[in-house]
Amino acid sequence: MRRVVITGTGMVSPLGCGTEISWSRLLAGENSARVVTEFEVEDLPAKIACRIPVGDGSDGTFNVDQWMEPKEQRKVDPFIIYGVAAADMALEDAGWHPKTDEDQIATGVLIGSGIGGLEGIVEAGYTLRDKGPRRISPFFIPGRLINLVSGQVSIRHKLRGPNHAVVTACSTGAHAIGDAARMIAFGDAEVMVAGGAESPICRISLAGFAACKALSTQHNDDPQKASRPYDRDRDGFVMGEGAGIVVLEELEHAKARGAKIYAEVVGYGMSGDAFHITAPSEDGDGAFRCMTAALKRAGLSASDLDYINAHGTSTMADTIELGAVERLVGNAASKISMSSTKSAIGHLLGAAGAVEAIFSALAIRDNIAPPTLNLDNPDVETAIDLVPYKARKREINVALSNSFGFGGTNASLVLRRYEA
Amino acid sequence: MSDIAERVKKIVIDHLGVDADKVVEGASFIDDLGADSLDTVELVMAFEEEFGVEIPDDAADSILTVGDAVKFIEKAQA
Repeated sequence: MRRVVITGTGMVSPLGCGTEISWSRLLAGENSARVVTEFEVEDLPAKIACRIPVGDGSDGTFNVDQWMEPKEQRKVDPFIIYGVAAADMALEDAGWHPKTDEDQIATGVLIGSGIGGLEGIVEAGYTLRDKGPRRISPFFIPGRLINLVSGQVSIRHKLRGPNHAVVTACSTGAHAIGDAARMIAFGDAEVMVAGGAESPICRISLAGFAACKALSTQHNDDPQKASRPYDRDRDGFVMGEGAGIVVLEELEHAKARGAKIYAEVVGYGMSGDAFHITAPSEDGDGAFRCMTAALKRAGLSASDLDYINAHGTSTMADTIELGAVERLVGNAASKISMSSTKSAIGHLLGAAGAVEAIFSALAIRDNIAPPTLNLDNPDVETAIDLVPYKARKREINVALSNSFGFGGTNASLVLRRYEA
Repeated sequence: MSDIAERVKKIVIDHLGVDADKVVEGASFIDDLGADSLDTVELVMAFEEEFGVEIPDDAADSILTVGDAVKFIEKAQA
């Protein structure tokens, strides 16, 4: 089987615009949660979110005008802009700017989103009701469709290989990277731009996720305490936004052009819970089988794992995932560090798996496990190091990243330090 | 330039993100101002909204330049 490596990363996260600034702030224990001030939240049960810092582009702020012309911004929902920005960064980081027919046709795009342009759909709904169908913009549909992140990135960079998208709720980003890696392994492409993008922070989305009892509602007065995976006082996730994009590349292709290699994508596993639309089964069977499948594909055993980036949303499901991991790793539990970076950036839904896969690759690159913030009183005892509050310097050669989504859809990625 | 022409020009500048000096009477939305077929649909909608007129699809198809738009609206409002 052809080997696949990560040669570029790009990110727009609530900790900043850019992979390195987000990573350094994550390691420093910074927390991005705050009260939402951009729209009315008084009547919403959850009034907080992890928002991208917006500004002039300096100091890690996101300046939308740097990534898309104002006349184009109007036509799309923000998730498309975040995805386009992160893809620009990833391609720049990889140094891959295909100019020939051959290179353009060898490069594909597979970027997903969990929900897509929710806010734009709401606005168009008001327009339809108040002004009638003749006032629906021709850009309404192409500005909301989930696969239009892939479409825009493809057009922008003339990437003429596979053009695909994934929609698997909160597993989207991980599925996108896993599926794209397989496209390279199967020879459909030499390079794939893959990941997830999401812009879910709006009234209808906060109302909807709160109705599902998925959001934290007890920490509106102290937002930075709200996302607290594994802690006994957790009460739901904090919504995040942004995009994570990687450039995946066939190993020989990457070596031939002297590309920098972050890590190798060695394993990818998928499973379905077949249990409930929003809740995982209590025995964690889906998570267990998903991780097992990823390790099998990697040709590794659980004792090879050094770091796990947990799905860990700060909901009751955290301990179900932890139980599945304990079952997976058995006696190796004490040598593993596992953290939930959602404690710092919130839950980026369809972008989460991609951003977290990038963090996992960086954990390997820098031999450091990012922290789990707010872990004051672990809900259950475990021999696994949950990396409370402070990043842990340690050897990390193999990392696993978990993502689980509504509908009982699970994905695990296994990354390994690249060795020739 | 008439009031209608000024308002049309402003809409074109806003929607197509072009420099004001390019938006002259004879400028074609597609050939000179970089619009695509979806942009022209949106422009017609914006004219309808701004001037409170209805521009049927067959009439919209014949509005190809800034001047065409001004003429149609002047006639519709006359």
